[in-house]
Amino acid sequence: MSMKTSKLKFKERIKVQMKDDFMRESVANAQTRMYTNRQIAADKLGNWEQWREMGMDIRDHVLENLDYYLHQLSENVKNNGGQVFFARTASDATNYVESIIKAKNAKKVVKSKSMVTEEINLNQIIERNGCEVIETDLGEYILQVDDCDPPSHIVVPALHKNRYQIRDIFKDKIGYEGSEDPEELTRYVRDYIRHDFLQADIGITGCNFAVAESGTVTLVTNEGNARLATSLPKTHIAVMGMERIVPTFEELDIVISLLCRSAVGIPLTGYVTALTGPREEENLDGPEEFHLVIVDNGRSDILGSEFRDILRCVRCAACVNTCPAYRHIGGQSYGSIYSGPIGAVLSPLLGGYDDFKDLPYACSLCRACHDVCPVKIPLSDLLLKHRQKMGEEKITPLAERAAVGAFNIINAHPLLWDKTVKIGATVASGLIRNGKLPLQMGAISEWTEARDLPQPDGQSFRSWFKNRN
Amino acid sequence: MKVNFFVTCLCDTVKAEVAKKTVMLLEQLGCEVIFPEQQGCCGQPSLNSGYIESSKPAMKNLIKAFECNDLPIVTPAGSCAASIKRYPEYLADEPEWAERAQQVADRLYELTQFIVNQLGTVNVGARLEGRAVYHPSCSLIRKLNVREEPLALLANVEGLEMLPIENQETCCGFGGTFSVKMADISAEMVKEKVHHISAVEPDYLIGADISCLVNIGGRISREGKPIKVLHIVDVLMSR
Repeated sequence: MSMKTSKLKFKERIKVQMKDDFMRESVANAQTRMYTNRQIAADKLGNWEQWREMGMDIRDHVLENLDYYLHQLSENVKNNGGQVFFARTASDATNYVESIIKAKNAKKVVKSKSMVTEEINLNQIIERNGCEVIETDLGEYILQVDDCDPPSHIVVPALHKNRYQIRDIFKDKIGYEGSEDPEELTRYVRDYIRHDFLQADIGITGCNFAVAESGTVTLVTNEGNARLATSLPKTHIAVMGMERIVPTFEELDIVISLLCRSAVGIPLTGYVTALTGPREEENLDGPEEFHLVIVDNGRSDILGSEFRDILRCVRCAACVNTCPAYRHIGGQSYGSIYSGPIGAVLSPLLGGYDDFKDLPYACSLCRACHDVCPVKIPLSDLLLKHRQKMGEEKITPLAERAAVGAFNIINAHPLLWDKTVKIGATVASGLIRNGKLPLQMGAISEWTEARDLPQPDGQSFRSWFKNRN
Repeated sequence: MKVNFFVTCLCDTVKAEVAKKTVMLLEQLGCEVIFPEQQGCCGQPSLNSGYIESSKPAMKNLIKAFECNDLPIVTPAGSCAASIKRYPEYLADEPEWAERAQQVADRLYELTQFIVNQLGTVNVGARLEGRAVYHPSCSLIRKLNVREEPLALLANVEGLEMLPIENQETCCGFGGTFSVKMADISAEMVKEKVHHISAVEPDYLIGADISCLVNIGGRISREGKPIKVLHIVDVLMSR
């Protein structure tokens, strides 16, 4: 799976997705549940706004001093006996992992959930070396066995599927014969993939945050699969986005407090795992080798741009869970592994406007996401910056640029504007009858598919005001 | 008190009654209303599509139009007020204009904000019998931070019962050009909004942002629901 998950055009994708009633019900229910739980957890903690301020400050501080902390982190990882690789591009990262697969002659890899490995298309690279990859996060596993269905949510990747669909997939693909009971489904997978953990040559994980002061990789999970994946195989490879650093455990405490509450509405997830280097002499388990792959893949460019705030992101998906557009189109509509508001900002930055130029417009600028972001990323402002950039680079349709250009000229000249308003008022009240125009006019006809036009009041306000005395 | 009126393009052209009633309400509350004729549109269709540069002449025209005096500026539309309040940011490259934009922005009030906080009243003597849903627009609550003012005014309307709805603060799906550029998504959003509104069977839907009302009202009309759509000024002028 690479970042791009669909060959269809955006409008075609949303048409398909919006017809999927199962998906829409699953998404709406999950969104309501997660949004409500997040609010309860935030209220319970108290002083939530101050927590958000702290979260933002910590992330900004790291971004301002990223070179320093990257150096400190890599020195500490090496001192702990691990190996560090800086990957400028996605292929630098995958080549490095591939070289380890080859060196170890690895036949099986177990993975815990990681968005950055999907971003760089790691699974495909591993598999082309004749090495099997097993996703061990339940959500990711469901998607993998369902012929690599793309994720629809950055935290809950199989959000678009309900338990009945999951039961059917398991029946179809892995010989499941039980009911749609979530516990039964989970227990089956747990048994089914246990031998994979035991046989795996390499465990690959992401990294929620790396602690610079100690060279520690931290994983926030709910299933315990990351612990197995990092303790049974002889080699552990952690892949991280280069901005995912905190200075010390003190800041880790704060960002994890924000992350767990914002993501799933609980004070702490089932497992928070802190891994500092490979197994030491006196340890009974743990990997013999530890590799940390630090992925840039466009992040340095973002760091130096007007989009820098997006690098504060802790991948909690609170913005996704609150987005009214996402609610109706679902994650797969975005055509990117990153969906929702965060995806609409990030996908064009990492993957370019060619594939993702529509995403910044899939937003009504309602700013609900601003209010819930634990690190205060002004997401809709960043989407607006994308629109601005595409306008400046003339990526937007010519007709749109021409229409806006004409509007701006009229609007800048009071006499022209005055005439336009007066004529507009008369024409509108002459034409609109029972909420409709007599002829189908481009954009307006799309608007009126679901809505009537307003009944105009007749004379313009300015004409009335001028003549009232 | 003398005040300037910023009419907004939508009220000027198709919803003039809302603009007229705003003027009359302000007059009833003791204001003398001035209408600076040089004013144009706040520029949202262009600004929200990202055409900041080509919007600048129109932004400057609007700033000049309201520099005719130092009086407060009142408008019956949250999103247009919020748009102008961002001018200083858009004009940051031209410090002199950014400063002038800031001064205009500081004088600008959304109608309910002005009545409650500047005129200091929550009871305008209105009376309207019935059950109503209030739609808090994104611009009012999340951009201007005007949350309580409309509610306080509505609470004092005699005979009016306010009903809460599910997902009350969720966007109605208008979003300006969003509603034409992404008409499909916008349509689903407004359908859900109308679904939640209809569920409580109100007589009225009330809002303080004309654009949301055009959107929600358009859907209510399409569904043939017996719900009357009112701008808050319609309510405050009811006797």
